[in-house]
Amino acid sequence: MTWEEIMNCVQILLKYTVPTLKVFGFTLLFAIPLGMVVALAKKCPFKPFVWLIDLYILIMRGTPLMLQIIAIYYAIPILQMKYTWLDIIDVRNDNYLFTALITAFVLNYAAYFAEIFRGGIESMPKGQYEAAAALGLTKSQTFFRIILPQVIKRILPASANEVITLVKDTSLASVIAYIEIFRKAREMMTLYSSLVPLFIAGVFYFVMNAVLTMLFTSIENYVY
Amino acid sequence: MTVLEVKHLSKSFGGLDVLKDISFDVKMGEVIAIIGPSGSGKSTLLRCINQLEKISGGRINVCGMEMIEKYKNGKPVYASAQELRSIRLKIGLVFQNFNLFPHMSVMQNVIEAPVCVLKKNKEEAKANAVSLLKKMGLEDKADSYPCELSGGQQQRVSIARALALNPELLFFDEPTSALDPELTGEILKVIKSLAKEKMTMVIVTHEMAFAKEVADRVIFMDGGVIVEQGTPEEVFDNSRNERTRQFLHRYNNSN
Repeated sequence: MTWEEIMNCVQILLKYTVPTLKVFGFTLLFAIPLGMVVALAKKCPFKPFVWLIDLYILIMRGTPLMLQIIAIYYAIPILQMKYTWLDIIDVRNDNYLFTALITAFVLNYAAYFAEIFRGGIESMPKGQYEAAAALGLTKSQTFFRIILPQVIKRILPASANEVITLVKDTSLASVIAYIEIFRKAREMMTLYSSLVPLFIAGVFYFVMNAVLTMLFTSIENYVY
Repeated sequence: MTVLEVKHLSKSFGGLDVLKDISFDVKMGEVIAIIGPSGSGKSTLLRCINQLEKISGGRINVCGMEMIEKYKNGKPVYASAQELRSIRLKIGLVFQNFNLFPHMSVMQNVIEAPVCVLKKNKEEAKANAVSLLKKMGLEDKADSYPCELSGGQQQRVSIARALALNPELLFFDEPTSALDPELTGEILKVIKSLAKEKMTMVIVTHEMAFAKEVADRVIFMDGGVIVEQGTPEEVFDNSRNERTRQFLHRYNNSN
């Protein structure tokens, strides 16, 4: 590849970090709250409900994310052949692909986050709950003011792992023809018969994760 | 005036009876020491009165408020949540392991409950906290975090935190068991000064000399029952109970 072609390639890939970051951002935006809800729902006294949640986590963690993306993307059109009421979902809409993609990512990542949050919550010593109770704090005050801030501190390293993995996992979106850095890099690799675009894509992922790593390190230092 | 009245209290975990027919009362300004071997139910008794454990039978009255409303099919029915909350606020609890909130500074630890529970003005709560910390000899530690303090200092913060709610009654659950002898002295000094101010206190402790010195009344527990209660002289020096004498044998011999 000529220097000019390489610079052109960098520019194009830079443009396609936007769809990559869109998957990353939307996934975190929904997966973190959903993970928290799932983690708390596991404390539900109604056991069959907890089994259902366990099954969900088992499937999400037990099968490849790539498989889940494909399954969710094609499930609706295939089911529509049999169930006409599903026609309310317009699979030809421009947003369908992105919605299906984010649904798969969110469901998958929420399962991992839920387990991290659960571990964090369960690692809290009983004494913290008791001290809060003895001081007359309500259950929600105890959770939001005493437990959650400490849980966040405890789960930061494990969450950083997930977030960094997510940056790299966004490349799986290419499997249903969502065009982002990885997909574009492969196209250009074929076009120029060169590994350089792939190398540039690698540098892009690396830089994004380096920034995230520094961000998490400074958050960890900031949280008491 | 009676601040706390416990009548025929019982508590069982599964099939195991941890507390059996416990009755005692605490008058205003009194200091009660509860002594006894490990597993005798001392801590469980405090935790039952503080609503950290549910009781199986009997009744508890704190400052004229009944904790158990009635009995239904032999099971105790607790009073309304609001009533239980106001009962709880009458009693401060100091834990063996301090249980300070590690993500909050000393000042935040002390003002958390006054601000969040009593809805006090923050400045007012802070002013009160400053004077409490001064009393505990910690005026220069307000901005420190619990992890930066010694065990004795942490325990003094937790005493200030409990006092910040202006309780009628202060419970100590083995307040010095996690401390070395030097730091233990620090805490005992604080408790003594509170006793001088006529703070009503119930102290579960293994510090026999301290119990004898500071308490108006000593309760000796073993196997979930109150074996004996009386003045320190009655229990420590003139006990006619075989089990009490046996328990205090080592302590009395070393003196």
